[in-house]
Amino acid sequence: MKRSLLTGLAAGWLALPMTAGADTPDDLQTLKRELAALKASYEARIGALEARIKAADTPPPASLGHHTTPTPMAPTPSNNAFNPAVSLVLQGAVSSYRRDPAAWTLPGFQMGRESGLKQEGFSLTETELTLSANVDDWFYGQSTLGLHEEDGTSVIEVEEAYLDTLSLPAGLAMRMGRFFSETGYLNTRHPHVWDFADAPLTSQAFLGKQYGDDGVRLTWLAPTDTYIQLGAELLAGKKFPGGGDNRRLLGDNRNLFVRVGSDIGRHQSVRIGLSHLRGSPTDRRSGDPHAEGGNEIFSFDGDSKLTAIDLVYKYQPSNRRGFVLQGEYFHRDEDGVINFSNAIGGALLPYAGTQQGFYVQGVLALQPRWRVGLRYDRLWSDNRLAVRNNTSGESGATLLDESNLLGDHDPYRWTLMTDYSRSDFSRIRLQYARDYSRPGAADDQFQLQYIMTLGAHGAHQY
Amino acid sequence: MKRFHVLTLIGLLLAGLTNTASAQLRVFACEPEWQALIQAVGGDHVDAWSATTAEDDAHHVQARPSLIAKLRRADLLVCTGAELETAWLPLLLRRANNPAVQPGQPGYLMAAEQVERLEIPTRLDRSDGDVHAQGNPHIQLDPRRLMTVAQVLAQRLSAIDPAHAANYAANLAAFSTRWQTAVTGWTDRAAPLRGQGLVVQHTEWVYMLDWLGMYRVAALEPKPGLPPSAAHLASLTQRLDKDAAMAIVRAPDNDPRPAQWLSEHIGIPVLILPHTVEADAGPAGLFALFDELIGRLVALAARR
Repeated sequence: MKRSLLTGLAAGWLALPMTAGADTPDDLQTLKRELAALKASYEARIGALEARIKAADTPPPASLGHHTTPTPMAPTPSNNAFNPAVSLVLQGAVSSYRRDPAAWTLPGFQMGRESGLKQEGFSLTETELTLSANVDDWFYGQSTLGLHEEDGTSVIEVEEAYLDTLSLPAGLAMRMGRFFSETGYLNTRHPHVWDFADAPLTSQAFLGKQYGDDGVRLTWLAPTDTYIQLGAELLAGKKFPGGGDNRRLLGDNRNLFVRVGSDIGRHQSVRIGLSHLRGSPTDRRSGDPHAEGGNEIFSFDGDSKLTAIDLVYKYQPSNRRGFVLQGEYFHRDEDGVINFSNAIGGALLPYAGTQQGFYVQGVLALQPRWRVGLRYDRLWSDNRLAVRNNTSGESGATLLDESNLLGDHDPYRWTLMTDYSRSDFSRIRLQYARDYSRPGAADDQFQLQYIMTLGAHGAHQY
Repeated sequence: MKRFHVLTLIGLLLAGLTNTASAQLRVFACEPEWQALIQAVGGDHVDAWSATTAEDDAHHVQARPSLIAKLRRADLLVCTGAELETAWLPLLLRRANNPAVQPGQPGYLMAAEQVERLEIPTRLDRSDGDVHAQGNPHIQLDPRRLMTVAQVLAQRLSAIDPAHAANYAANLAAFSTRWQTAVTGWTDRAAPLRGQGLVVQHTEWVYMLDWLGMYRVAALEPKPGLPPSAAHLASLTQRLDKDAAMAIVRAPDNDPRPAQWLSEHIGIPVLILPHTVEADAGPAGLFALFDELIGRLVALAARR
């Protein structure tokens, strides 16, 4: 790249004096003579070439069109040679549900606002635009803008916008900006690389589908053949599972994580992770669809601790065939008070809870382009809740019920998917889920989805 | 004061961990041919390791934790480049937290960028398959280009480890003499191959064809990187007959069925050729690779 630019500049610089100096008659004469000389030299060379062509009378069949013509090493210099890598992910789906997706809840869990199911029928789930480049020899920058619909209008959301350091010594690296937190395994992965068309119930319940926040991350990679990564994140804590108007200098959420990985023989590899996220959300509102017309608000003040264990195992006997087993377990402890308010008054709901959940999934690639996957999700909770200072005009029992924290039903779900990838850049997926998230009859959920990548080749994250 | 001691201790511990006092340069090679070449030039002063083996398709490798851990400690990274490893190498580089092997550093070397490349596309469109903007990356099958890479490698090793520059220069000189002799031998033996055509499965043989003065009649993959389709194979049976090419060439890790099918339909034999050296074969593996390539091609040509 450098060389090509230099060559280009040099060529331009050499060409300059000739064109710029061609004003006077004297120079014109010189130019004419030079042109004549050039013409003569070309004619001579063409003659020589014709002779050589006659001599070498073994032409490869031209009809087949596979010529191996040597081309110069340097690509043509251009102004946008330094532009960042751009990739645009197009995603769309058509979904069908037996039960009303708008009334979907997870009993025992107050979910973040982003949680929920895709709308029924056709939908552009999300269009992601990612730009990335090395800023200089110290920093790498990347930003992902998500375009999606919210209440009928298109919204641009800065999903990620961060800088990574490139030159810190001793295996250290820092990330700053907005990024997905290293909580569990799937949380740092963009939806277009997920193996299923929707998030696991654990992500829906514990992370508001996907937890990204503003802050800094420091990681250290051990100088060992076994992959050992330690990391710490300081996050603003403005988004679920954090919440509220946090103005603390170093943020409100703290996340610590460790990842250990290794190969097992030639074809198998494994990665195990442990993370612990804690914070003290204030006024964390849940996106509860039962909050009638937005008049009823449940907001949480207190302490929240989320521990996650994740495991990924890959068996890859050849490059395009293999099996991936992946699972995550989450454990959350919360202690505090839920403030309820409506048009009439309010109430205090002292609350202490323990919520847990896991999913485990297997994805099998038997044919190079086809994959099939099976996933099982389960959540359960143990919440203690009371009603105090009730001036809302609603009965205590109703409030307890509407808080959605009474987990008398444990949500679970089975999901089956198959997808086809024509190339590394396209994927079409069909998914069926039998969802027992809500009490009562099972929900049959069908999704047909496409994920297409335009532009830069995204790297295959492990 | 006490705190200072603790910090010093931690610092020393970290320093100790990072420089585990090995005199050898750690080299991370993406493919086994570069591992072998580094061993030829670096000799006892390098500890070279390859991320892939001959069985792997270097396009499709996972950025596994073990690879990240290996790159973390590398002093030199040697890959093919020209976008061959684009699906995994950028991620490894960002995850390995190792400034020494980042692009622009002496510890970052892309072999294909050191030589003239072929098949640089004039049009970049993904509907053309797995196209590489910088040209065909499979340069390792031309021994002349390999020699150029060896020279650059010697320079890099000397730049990173000046203390042993004389050793690297001597190793290069010795390798160069042996290699030139071998190349002359291979070229002489391959004289009957000049002007012959081959049907290939993937487009990875172009540099070998260029070296031996052979040409490609057709490819089984309809577009680079796309698997051979029934329709494309059928169209090949229309276009090609028994005399169209010397052989249908595929690599050991390719799907055997398309080549076999076409061979049965048009009567051209299938030839399985290695496209890289065996794992941990060392410099001898490079000589063995070309011995085998030329040996098999010449034997087939003699039978015809």
